[in-house]
Amino acid sequence: MRNVYVLGTGMIKFGRYPDKTVPQLGGAAALLALKDAGILIKDVEMFACGNLQQSNAMVGQRILQQIGQTGIPVINVANACATGSTAFREAYMSVAAGMYDIAMAVGVEQMGKAGLLGGAGGGGDPAYLTEGKVGSGTMPAVFGQAGIEHMRKYGTKMEHFAKISVKSHKHATKNPFSQYRNEVSLEDVMNARMVAYPNTLYMCCPTGDGAAAAILVSEDKLKQLAGGRKRAKVAASVLTSDPWTDRDLTLPDVSTLTRRASKQAYEKAGIGPKDIALTELHDCFATAELVHYENLGLCGDGEAGKFIDEKGGVHPSLGGKSPVNVSGGLLSKGHPLGATGVANICEVVWHLTQDDRAKERQVPNAKAGQAHVIGLGSACTIHILTV
Amino acid sequence: MAEQAQATDTGPRPIVPWLKLAPKPHLEGIKCACGAIYLDPKRVACSKCGEADKFSPLTLSDKGKVYVFSVVHQSYPGIKTPYVTAIVDLPEGISVRANLTDVDPEQAQKEPNKIFNLPVELVTGVAAKDREGHDVIAFSYRPSKN
Repeated sequence: MRNVYVLGTGMIKFGRYPDKTVPQLGGAAALLALKDAGILIKDVEMFACGNLQQSNAMVGQRILQQIGQTGIPVINVANACATGSTAFREAYMSVAAGMYDIAMAVGVEQMGKAGLLGGAGGGGDPAYLTEGKVGSGTMPAVFGQAGIEHMRKYGTKMEHFAKISVKSHKHATKNPFSQYRNEVSLEDVMNARMVAYPNTLYMCCPTGDGAAAAILVSEDKLKQLAGGRKRAKVAASVLTSDPWTDRDLTLPDVSTLTRRASKQAYEKAGIGPKDIALTELHDCFATAELVHYENLGLCGDGEAGKFIDEKGGVHPSLGGKSPVNVSGGLLSKGHPLGATGVANICEVVWHLTQDDRAKERQVPNAKAGQAHVIGLGSACTIHILTV
Repeated sequence: MAEQAQATDTGPRPIVPWLKLAPKPHLEGIKCACGAIYLDPKRVACSKCGEADKFSPLTLSDKGKVYVFSVVHQSYPGIKTPYVTAIVDLPEGISVRANLTDVDPEQAQKEPNKIFNLPVELVTGVAAKDREGHDVIAFSYRPSKN
């Protein structure tokens, strides 16, 4: 496999764009990435587009119908919340395999004020819908239980989860691309409206609209096109699905597939968690972030509560040794499903390349970073990028 | 004739096929020779070992212990909140998702440790009426009485 580099990135501020269409949002991010790469759409040889909620609607082709119908191969990718990162991986693989030298990945989603996800749906007589009658499959309840499992195993308290929300909201104040940029206190988080215990409103990611894009190139093309600019290498691109575990079919197990992906990613990149300068991980809920500290090896098993408790040292905040979600994370930056996976990679790339777009929250001396995404159902991607 | 017989049947129906109402309400699973247990009897093969034809029916215990839970405060229109949703481990080695009744949601949030491993038993009740007029029976778990 060939080395692959991220030549350009583009992202629109996450938020709500009721006057735009999905192809317009995705097209805007694609243009930003092309401009950042210093190339034109006619230079792109392959395009992987990630979008979930219009996954039957040829979003990739419709983006090209906005920005340039060059006739290149387009694939539309859906993989739950890992949709964008899976599209990125498809583009990565096409270059790594030697099929193409320049590929583009776009992740885009328009959710508006979607409210709850999960647990509903199904055709037929609504009398047979089980949601609320035979337990809950809503995302806040599912991820609430993932946190409660940690409480059960290790005595973790609700305050630990709440501190994650405080940390990530603080980070978001330094990110102009973030959907929300307000600080919250521990009291604010603890006393906010409960959505599904132990996740209060500020411990749940918002719904919204957004798009992000990346241009991936081979080493030869990098030499031709980078013009001496520092560019990040894709040191590992891993995708796993949920293996059989005891309760996975009843309560989705978000840990085992993440641990497998993490092990593979570190091995492929030839580095370990201590070498990672920043992590963007899938904090759809504060409870999810806490369990992933351990799943990604940022702290030992059972130590996640201590990890978020400690001041300084290995704390996951900006300025700590292992900063997590300096973008504000899904909790503040937002989680437009298909856009998330590409946006997380953009964030890591910006820190590694000292890009102005991360200026206010720059992690110093960042040589390696990782972006982790979980799509419930389940898919896990981890990308490690290095300079 | 068959249609007519169906039309006159207004008896209760289970909300999911693995809830059996007779002779008394219970859950019926299937067990693969490898040991994995599933609720859906129509599954194609075992997702643990991959074998397709090694299933046998298994009547599941009506008693179990709570593994984890959450208290749902926000849900879809028509669903009364708050309520407790739980993952219940049955002695056969399968986990089941259901509502936990006769447990105060606020108290569960204050003292989650008291819910972990709580012995519970299966109960059923009418959850809805379907378009054909059948009572739809759902199951939940409540703290064991004995």
